[in-house]
Parts: sequence; structure tokens; C-alpha cells
Amino acid sequence: MSKQVVSLNRVVIRFAGDSGDGMQLTGDRFTSETAGLGNDLNTLPDFPAEIRAPAGTVPGVSAFQLAFADHVITTPGDAPNVLVAMNPAALKANIKDLPRGADLIVNTDEFTKRNLEKVGYDTNPLEDGSLEPYKVHAVALTSQTVEALKEFDLTKKEAQRAKNMYALGLLSWLYSRPSEGTRSFLEKKFSSKPEILAANLAAFEAGWSFGETTESFSVQYEVAPAEMPKGTYRNITGNPALAYGLIAASERSGLPLFLGSYPITPASDILHELAKNHHFGVMTVQAEDEIAGIGSAIGAAYGGALAVTTTSGPGVALKSEAIGLAVSLELPLIIVDVQRGGPSTGLPTKTEQSDLLQAMFGRNGESPVPIVTPQSPSDCFFAAIEAARIAVEYRTPVFLLSDGYLANGSEPWLVPDVDDLPTIDPDFATGPNHTDADGNEEFWPYLRDPETLARPWAIPGTKGIEHRIGGLEKADGSGDVSYDPENHDRMVRLRQAKVDAIADTIPDIEVDDPSGDADVLILGWGSTYGPIGAAVEVSRRNGVKVAQAHLRHLNPFPRNLGDVLRRYRMVLVPEMNLGQLSMLLRAKYLVDITGVNQVRGLPFKSTELIDAINAAIETLSPTTSESE
Amino acid sequence: MTDYPALSLVPKSDIELKAKDFKSDQEVRWCPGCGDYSILSNVQGFLPELGLAKENVVFISGIGCSSRFPYYMNTFGMHSIHGRAPAIATGLAASRPDLSIWVVTGDGDALSIGGNHLIHALRRNVNLKILMFNNRIYGLTKGQYSPTSETGKRTPSTPLGSVDYAFNPVSLALGAEATFVARTIDSDRKHMTETLRRAAAHEGAALVEIYQNCNIFNDGAWEPLKDNDTRDDVMMRLEDGEPIRYGKDGEKGIIRTPDGHIQVAEVAKVGEDALIRHDSHAKDPGLAFALSRLSNPRTLENTPIGVFRDIDRASYGRLARQQIDDVIEKKGRGDLQSLINGNDTWDVN
Repeated sequence: MSKQVVSLNRVVIRFAGDSGDGMQLTGDRFTSETAGLGNDLNTLPDFPAEIRAPAGTVPGVSAFQLAFADHVITTPGDAPNVLVAMNPAALKANIKDLPRGADLIVNTDEFTKRNLEKVGYDTNPLEDGSLEPYKVHAVALTSQTVEALKEFDLTKKEAQRAKNMYALGLLSWLYSRPSEGTRSFLEKKFSSKPEILAANLAAFEAGWSFGETTESFSVQYEVAPAEMPKGTYRNITGNPALAYGLIAASERSGLPLFLGSYPITPASDILHELAKNHHFGVMTVQAEDEIAGIGSAIGAAYGGALAVTTTSGPGVALKSEAIGLAVSLELPLIIVDVQRGGPSTGLPTKTEQSDLLQAMFGRNGESPVPIVTPQSPSDCFFAAIEAARIAVEYRTPVFLLSDGYLANGSEPWLVPDVDDLPTIDPDFATGPNHTDADGNEEFWPYLRDPETLARPWAIPGTKGIEHRIGGLEKADGSGDVSYDPENHDRMVRLRQAKVDAIADTIPDIEVDDPSGDADVLILGWGSTYGPIGAAVEVSRRNGVKVAQAHLRHLNPFPRNLGDVLRRYRMVLVPEMNLGQLSMLLRAKYLVDITGVNQVRGLPFKSTELIDAINAAIETLSPTTSESE
Repeated sequence: MTDYPALSLVPKSDIELKAKDFKSDQEVRWCPGCGDYSILSNVQGFLPELGLAKENVVFISGIGCSSRFPYYMNTFGMHSIHGRAPAIATGLAASRPDLSIWVVTGDGDALSIGGNHLIHALRRNVNLKILMFNNRIYGLTKGQYSPTSETGKRTPSTPLGSVDYAFNPVSLALGAEATFVARTIDSDRKHMTETLRRAAAHEGAALVEIYQNCNIFNDGAWEPLKDNDTRDDVMMRLEDGEPIRYGKDGEKGIIRTPDGHIQVAEVAKVGEDALIRHDSHAKDPGLAFALSRLSNPRTLENTPIGVFRDIDRASYGRLARQQIDDVIEKKGRGDLQSLINGNDTWDVN
């Protein structure tokens, strides 16, 4: 039976179920099929911190949202067009986000009296009319899966477990996704369990056939491939992209990569990814604590490695003293902070941008550290290379501020040619660099390059440059311990000047202002790039003039930033914090900033930002009508 | 010059070095009379016999009086932050097998603020020689009690006497699965040199507890072990293959009791054959641990010095590097382009 096929430009699907229902896997598979079809896409996994929260409860709901389109998109979508709710808890947790008229696929088998009571439904929403605004597709997903697998030698529980594949099959049919990739994925995953493999494939196919035959779905949809620049693409999430960027920096500098790290959500996947790649000469040390994570990295940096420590906000707090040591030792070091909701343990699996001021100031003394931020999952790759470049060229610890959304979100990536990537020159010290009053050659570990103000990277094993360094203040040049007041003042200023000088090697911030006469600038950093881009696009389509700019470097800022800010009557700065970049901008440039702030643990919705842009325009010209 | 297999990856000096070659140009700033002076001079006097290239020797310290040590050594050195020297040295040792790395620390630095790093460096068997100067006091912060101070210690922070129970560093290290644990004393040059020699020859982590006198804040802490009148009565020297025997006339010895413990006995009563012969190479750390428990923390009676344990186990760095070498041999050196391409690409034409 063939059904009507309707073409769509953009679809947002949210899979929601219990933590044990395999929603992340289902989402990943659907994403992979969609990527292969050539759609542009963007994903947002949203899962609880507990591995298996109590079954059937709202806190235990795990969701995966993805948007795909026939054009370039930058966000996982504000609201789903389709919600797949595997149980009452998933329905309860997600229904508020579903717009009127959207499709709702529910697994009716789970809507038992007990399950309904567990999440506080007095009546069954499938029967009480509360779901009338939606196109409800009531599907007995669990029992239909079990029925489809009755020929297999499986327990009922094992058969039920395949219901996510049934759901995937149904959705794959509904949106005309190819199924070869899922097939080969399952074949690989269950290669040693042929019975389970066959069952999963059968469940997938049963779901597909159900879509084809059931009356419940009258149309099938298709989304044409997006127009994308030519080249080879893959889909990628932020954490592996960041890990690959570190490996690339290692390859392009000739420095062995060393990671000292302690497991922490949402950064651990970077440790896992690097540990998978020892054949690049990568050494990973899972340290006894956060302090030893950075401590071992400092030791490796001292020995001439490209040294990295990865963590999230609470880990940065523990590493603070050691970061100060790295500032004082002036050794190259990359500190990756995959930000999550705080304070304290906060929201481990949710995103936030609230560590900016911690990265900037969270140490004793005057302790400047450069900060680099990626703007999308694939950009984590390039941001990591940039952080490495600054660390090595300037002999300094560098913060790389990612976040939970970038870490776990995904997008198609036009894979670069590695030969086009920048190279990094370690430029190790090779011998004495100074002559004393008696004409003897000696080595001064704090004799600076006049241009970059970087000191020599002088690694053990190099003859003739034996020297001692430490966290005590050092004499300018010789590096000997010095308590001299003037020297300390000079050294504090030199360390600051060195970090400030990095601005000489970073590009000016570019402003996208097509009309050239916008009054409002929307300026972002990090993962807000996607939602800001989407909001700006919609606003411009509606005739609103708005300029957009995005910061990669938060310390130091690009040289032209102050001029850019002063060009606009109003500057909007959206952040997933209470205004940390706003505070830095106001303090440095004495300009007013209008913050757009939320800390819900989720990325901005583009509609929020569209509203903020409209409100800004209205403030500036209260009499202007929209039709102007 | 001895050739140590454990140092086979460290380049040798092409000239014969002397103690003075290991002295830096920095003025030593410990208090006059401090036990640290003799340790410094012993280390500087001992290092030449290893025959290593000076630039391949690294001293890493934490914070405290002892941790100023690297400034006085004309090698590579890092005076780091409080308690973290073993962690920092772990990164260096794991990634640089061509270095001889020494950690210098104290009882506060290693056992209090840095206790976690110490036990993990020991259990991992990181290739570090850890010299822990134990003076049972915080010197640099002016005299507070330390984790090795005896219970009841009166200090500025414990005017009524400390209620803490002290760590026994040798017991702690053995409990942490250390492969090499020794104790020596600042005033016995010969014994310290012999102990350093054994530590240097060991592959992996070596903890050397050095009883060191702080003549300003805790003078005489180890006096019974130094005073000629009392020393032989309270201190036993552990020597491999020899019966454990001490006392002015060798009248005391260590025997096993029927219930499996050990105890001090009069040799005249039990006979020399009943005495335990020391074996630092015994796989099981039980006897070494029992020996470490003999001493009385207050009176210092029955205090063993020497090497308690010295067993073979591959170092952390060796194993970690071996994994890398093995995977490169198996898969070939990684190719960056194929890594970033991954297994699932598509082309847009």
C-alpha cells in the first residue's frame, strides 16, 4: 500500500522514554541515517545524571531531540513536530513543549493504572481528552514488538527490550529514512549474539511495516537533502571533535599528547576518546583526583609534551591552585572545561556557560589565563587547535571552554584536509641564552621573547640549560627566587602583558550586518552560536535589522571589539548564565550591555532570542511600527 | 661507577662528575644546624656515582622547608605546590623514561596535604625516588604539629596537646602497595648513602623516609636514635640475609611468635637460630609491615632502619609506554585524516 508522500523543509523529532529504553541509541541511529541522506541536522540529547533513575518516573526520563532540514540549520529546534513518548512519564515531562497540531506517538502498553499513578496522572490522558490538540498515534509498541518477535527464542523481557528498534523502524518509515546503516550498525553491535541481532532487525522491520500498513499514519514525509558546500562530511559530537583537535595539534606540532584527567560528567568522553587513540602516541593518565589530573599534565608539559587536562566546573575549582602554578611556571597547558550547570554538583548532565568568570579570575593573585571557546560541536576541533597554538607559542595555560550542549550535541561536519591545518612550532630551548658579567654562558629561564614575551620552553635532558623553576616569584630574566618589590610588580605586569599580547595574533571580530545600518548587535560566545544564528535569520526574514557577531577568544578579546560595541545603539548578549560576559564587556569597554540570560540547563530557544531582538528594537524606537 | 638496569634508559654523563657539579649557585637558606644540610650534602655526594648526565636528573618538590631542596641542586628542578610533587612528577616520569626523577618532600607535604598523591604514586609504582624528610613538625609555618607528631604534642596549634594519632610512614607506604620502602637517618652518612643507592637501583617508586632534625621547632625528635649512649639499644639495622639483631651487645633480636606475630626476644634465651633473617625481597609485605609496627612512636624503642621492602614490579611508565608501543605495532601509527574522517562519511558534490 503506498501512501501520500508530503515534502517538508524541516522536521524536529523528540524521542522520550525511560532511561533504560534506549532513547539515546534510537536518536543516534536516526541521526546517522539522516546525516547519510544529506540533510543538515542538529541534535540535543537530554538525559538524567542517574544511570538508571527509578523506572517510569519523570526524573528518569531520557530524551533525544533532533532537527533535520533541506537547508542549513544551526539548532536542534525549539519545539518538536513529533514527540515519541514511550511511557506516561515521558509524556508528562515533554508534552508542554509540543505545539498544537503536532504528531504524538505514544506507547499505549505503558499507560497502565500503576504507571499513570506513578507520575501523578489521575486520569489516563489517552482517554480524558487532554491530548485533543495533538495528532495522537496510539501504538501498542511493546506488545506489537513482542508479537513480532514471538518466533524467536527470547524471554518476554528480551523481546520487550527491542521496542526502541520498533519505534526507530516506524519513524524511519514515516520520514523515508534509509535503513542500511542501522542494519550494519546492529550487525556489528550484536555480531556475537546472532539471536539478538535477528530480533532487533525483525523489530526494526516490523515497525517499518506497521507504518506502511496502519491507518493511523495517512501520510509519509520526506525531507530533501540540504544544499551544503562540496566535500566529505561526517556527523560529529563536540567531545570527540575536541579530542581529535587535540590529536591534530599534537600531530601538527610534533609534540606527544599527554592527558591527565579525572572522570567527570560531561567531560569524560574526551578521556575515553583519547584513550582509544594510543596509536597516535597519546598517553592518558586517569589520575587519583582532579588535582593530580592537572598536576601530571604540568609535569608532562615540563617534560615537553602537549599537555592537557579535561574537566568540568567543579574540577576547575579543584585545579585552581595548580593553574596558578602553571601561570607562574609559564608552561604550555590546555585546560578543557566542559561546562555544566552549577554551583557545586549542580546539574551534571545539563549545559550552562557559568564558568566564564571562574576561568577568568578563579585563582589567587594576578593570574591571567587566555580563554578560547568553540561555537558548535564540530568547531570544538578547531578551537582545540587554537588553544594549543596559544599555549605553545605563549608558554601559558589556556582555558578551552566547551559546554554540555556542545559536548553531546551533533551536526554534520565538512571534514577538513589535515594538510590545511595550521602547524605549531614548539621552539624548544637548545642551549645557553645569556652571558654573565664574567663572560660565562648561562641559561636564563625567564628571558623573554621581545615580541611575544614568552619565556623559553626548556625541557629536561637538554645539556647546558639546567635550571630551577617554581611557584615562588622569580627574578625577571634569571628566574632566581626574588622577593624584590619592584621585581614582583614588573613580573605581574609582564605576565599580564604577555596574555594581552596574544591579541596580536587573533583575528578581529567580524560583524555580520547585511544592511550595514542595524542599530542592534547581538553578540554571543560558545554554544549560543546556533540559537543566535537561527534567531537572526528569522528576524531578518521578518524585515528586522540586526547585526550578529560571535567571540572565539574571551581573553584577550579581539583588538577591535570595543570599536564594534560602540558602533551599535544596543548590544544584546545572550548567555546561559546571569551575565558573565556582559560584566566583562562593561568593565573593559564602559559600554552598556543588555543581557539575555537563562540557566535552565538547556540551550536557548531561537524564539526567546527573536523576542529579545524585537524587544530591543522596540526599546530603541517605540513609535516605529513593524511595517516600516 | 655502578651500572643500574633501572637507569638504563637515562643517558650517561660523558665526563666524570663530582659532588660540586651538583651544587647550584644559590645560597642555601635553611636554619643553621638543620638536618637538611647533611641530606643535601649526602645527595650531592652520592649522585656522581650514578654516572648520569646531569641534565637528565630532575628534582621536584612541594612546599615546606625540605621542598627548597631543588634550588640547591645544579640539575633540572621544580619547586611546585603543597603536596602535589608526586602528581606532577608522575606526569614527567610517565612521559620521560630518560630522566632520573627525585621527589623531595616532608612529613606535612607528603602525608597531610599530599597524602592522596603519595599513596597513588606508590601503588602505581611510578618511577620516582621519593625522599621524605620527617621531622615530625611543620617548620616553615612555625611549629604546628604534623601527621607524624606524637599524640599529645604541644605546639602553637595544640596548646593542650594534639589528640591526633600519628601516621607511621613506612606502614602507610607498605599498605599502599609500595615496591620499595626504606628508612634512614640524617646523621648517618654511610647508611643514608647505602639507602639512596638501593633506591636509585630500584625500578619504580621508592619511598625513603629520612629522620631529620628540626633544631628550631622540634629539636631532638630523633635523639634516642642518634645519641651514642642510647642508639644501639633502640635502633635495629635491617640487612638482607642477616638475623635481625640489635642492642649494645646484640642481645636483642626479633622472633616469630607461635600465633604468627613477631616480637623482641633476648637472644640468650631463644638462640640466634630463632631470629628472623631479613628479606626485603619477600613478595609478601607482611613481615615488612610487622617490622614497621615494632617501634614505639613515643620512646622510639625498637626502631628499624634500612630497606623494609624492595620487590620487582614494572613501573607505571614502562607499562603505559608499552601499551602505546604495542598498539602502534599492531595497528600502525595513527593516521590523522582517517581518524577525523571516521567510518561514516558522505560526499556532497
